[in-house]
Amino acid sequence: MIHLQRRANPSKLMGYLAPVIALAMTLLAGFLLFALLGVPVGEAFRAYFIDPISDSYGLAELGVKAAPLIMIAAALSLGFRAGVWNIGAEGQLILGGICGGAVALYFYEVESAFVLPLMCLAGVIGGMAWAAIPALLRTTVNANEILTSLMLTYVASLLLSFLVHGPMRDPDGFNFPESRLFHDAATLPLVLPGTRLHIGAPIAIFIALAAWILLSRTLLGFALRVNGNAPRAARHTGFSQAKLVWFSLLFTGAVAGLAGLFEVAGPIGQLNPVISPGYGFTAIIVAFLGRLHPIGVIFAGLIMALSYLGGETAQITLNMPLAVTGVFQGMLLFFLLAADVLIHYRVVFGRERHYVR
Amino acid sequence: MLNPADGPLVSMRGITKAYPGVIANDAVSLDLQAGEIHALLGENGAGKSTLVKVLYGLLQPDTGEVLWRGEHAKLRSPSDARNLGIAMVFQHFSLFESLTVVENIALGMAVSANDSLRTRIREVSSRYGLPLDPDRDVFSLSVGERQRIEIVRCLLQEPQLLIMDEPTSVLTPQEVSELFVTLKRLASEGVGILYISHKLDEIRELCDVATILRGGKNVATALPKQESAASLAALMIGEDVQPVVRVDNPKTGDPLFALNKLDVPAKTRQSLALQDLSLVVHAGEIVGIAGVAGNGQDELLSAIAGEVPVQPDEMIWLKGESVAGWTAGQRRSFGLCAVPEERLGHAAVPSMSLAENALLTGFHRQPLQRAGLIAMSRCKRSANQIIDTFSVQCHGTGSAASSLSGGNLQKFVVGREILQSPDVLVVSQPTWGVDAGAAAAIHKALQSLVKEGAAVLLISQDLDELMAITDRIGALCAGRLSNFYSTPSIDAQQVGQLMGGKTALDGVA
Repeated sequence: MIHLQRRANPSKLMGYLAPVIALAMTLLAGFLLFALLGVPVGEAFRAYFIDPISDSYGLAELGVKAAPLIMIAAALSLGFRAGVWNIGAEGQLILGGICGGAVALYFYEVESAFVLPLMCLAGVIGGMAWAAIPALLRTTVNANEILTSLMLTYVASLLLSFLVHGPMRDPDGFNFPESRLFHDAATLPLVLPGTRLHIGAPIAIFIALAAWILLSRTLLGFALRVNGNAPRAARHTGFSQAKLVWFSLLFTGAVAGLAGLFEVAGPIGQLNPVISPGYGFTAIIVAFLGRLHPIGVIFAGLIMALSYLGGETAQITLNMPLAVTGVFQGMLLFFLLAADVLIHYRVVFGRERHYVR
Repeated sequence: MLNPADGPLVSMRGITKAYPGVIANDAVSLDLQAGEIHALLGENGAGKSTLVKVLYGLLQPDTGEVLWRGEHAKLRSPSDARNLGIAMVFQHFSLFESLTVVENIALGMAVSANDSLRTRIREVSSRYGLPLDPDRDVFSLSVGERQRIEIVRCLLQEPQLLIMDEPTSVLTPQEVSELFVTLKRLASEGVGILYISHKLDEIRELCDVATILRGGKNVATALPKQESAASLAALMIGEDVQPVVRVDNPKTGDPLFALNKLDVPAKTRQSLALQDLSLVVHAGEIVGIAGVAGNGQDELLSAIAGEVPVQPDEMIWLKGESVAGWTAGQRRSFGLCAVPEERLGHAAVPSMSLAENALLTGFHRQPLQRAGLIAMSRCKRSANQIIDTFSVQCHGTGSAASSLSGGNLQKFVVGREILQSPDVLVVSQPTWGVDAGAAAAIHKALQSLVKEGAAVLLISQDLDELMAITDRIGALCAGRLSNFYSTPSIDAQQVGQLMGGKTALDGVA
């Protein structure tokens, strides 16, 4: 019989090393998988990790993919530290895209510098509104936010689908389910001309830094950490649990909504049925890979962005299915969680009478 | 007692265990004979817990070895210890409140809760005088009864060595004497007992031998029955303990804090409703609330501190203001500080540093922020002040709260509130599991706080403590308060009646 036994002194060092170990194990398992599929390991490694970022265009693409991951994961880290498990950032992202996109389409003919800021505001409000639903349900009827926020993601995705098939469909678009292309005044300025790297990338870094300061240096961040570690202590000193739940959800909703607006006003340039390849979900992995630390999240975001790019390159050059990306991300999360379990527990083989202690 | 010539049952030789910055055990040795009740005595941080954890396989020593019946024992985990016949009753129980006694025991032993287990529980409990109904729900049991579950769970393993970590700190005097009968019975059957306590009278009554630790080293092995409590205490802390002197306050000042018919409905099946509680605490006095744990103490502290909202508004008064509708933070800012009973997770955040824990309740009344940001240097200074004033033993302000021994953390959380110079301080079980030296320091600090004009409400199970330092006393039983009496006018026996549910004493004003 095999069972887990709690360790008396979990190693702190291993806590920090866990992401590195998980990454190494993912690579190892990935190569094994490629080898079984008959792809030379060296070639696979090149296609997955070197080729995508071997030129400036590739690096810019890395930034395009990393930006939404980093900003959403930094915001999620705050909530996760507080014990508020918002799993629905994907839905909040979609609502941000819908609301911001709606502003762009409404002001379709307007060439004004105010259009883009207005779109950002609408994106933020859309994401917050979507996140407010689980916050309200949690604080009034104590409904688990994991379930409500996750379920609302599917509602958001269907809402987007309905809109681009109906009211927001491009009137001159031959019935394709997509909106008009946004005008220049409604698209994000580029950071590197000739690439798709937009202003969202530096903003994502800024959000991560701001989240770091908020978490480590402000009373609000302190309250979030206390609430996650010892809810009774938080109540005792007078930190309101309801307020922390509201803040965590609204902040993540705002950032996810902004990220969604950045997608439709940046790389995509219009509304279509799928505006995100699961950034809101992948950001959960990024947050944990970055150890719920906003700065760790920047590195983790780059790694996960590479997994998207690598998956695409592998698809093109090695004829691999696109599912490779999902497999890579899934394995990484799996190994990370396994490493975390092994930090806190040891595996004991053999049959023995064992007691709770 | 068995013949000592057989050699010791367990012998710990030169155990050394160092942590960064501190040597918890420095070449500690201990011999325990079969059938012997052996006291392990020492201040907080003296290394008692470390030594016991080594013996129970929870910690590996850096050097030194444990001999079991003269042979080297490999103690890599608690299961190794249990296989040898070592069992331990912890200070904190791990029981599932919503399950029955037999279900809890079955869970702990990885067997099923069937009738044969029920029969064995009945056998063991009647044989050792530990009355226990296997089918009662744990949440309905008193602390003493819960401890019995833990003891029975250990005895079902037929141990040869039983380790007991401060077992009497939660028991009533009646329960303590019942426990002693059980322990003596076990010893007479040849079981060795390692008894950790700081209650010197108990050790003198119960124990055959005492090993005394100070600063991680053996300082003495004594025969407690031939020592006085004072001489044991002197060995333990290296100086003569100053007994707490009763300071009778000739007069008290204005009322600072009052409860006016406080009603708090029960939140869960496990919690109690508070009914119709009224009391007044004046400036310059310590008012005591006695009572066996689980009679509403937690609920009362939560309501006073502001953790749970209370309706209507007129039920809690602070310095002439009705504060029942205020948040915990508002009450603190206005002058009401509180220390809950549970140190880890309630009064302090276990994983956070002492500096952060100083910030936890300190920011309401102290300038620990600068320009909207937390000023970590100020938090450290505040934590250092607490550490210095109350001689908290730790590796500095960066130590995690969970790394401190129970008594040291208690000094820290009580000190943290006292140094905020509150007008009203409410403390629950301030010396629970704390050794004599630390308890005396806490008592003195409370007395000097009231001397400066504050009001103190002391919720405690420790009758000696209440009789020694309170000016007026009452008791909480099943969520209701008794009348209050001037402490010098009544004796412990009478307080006992109040604790048992009497609301008024005959013939006392």
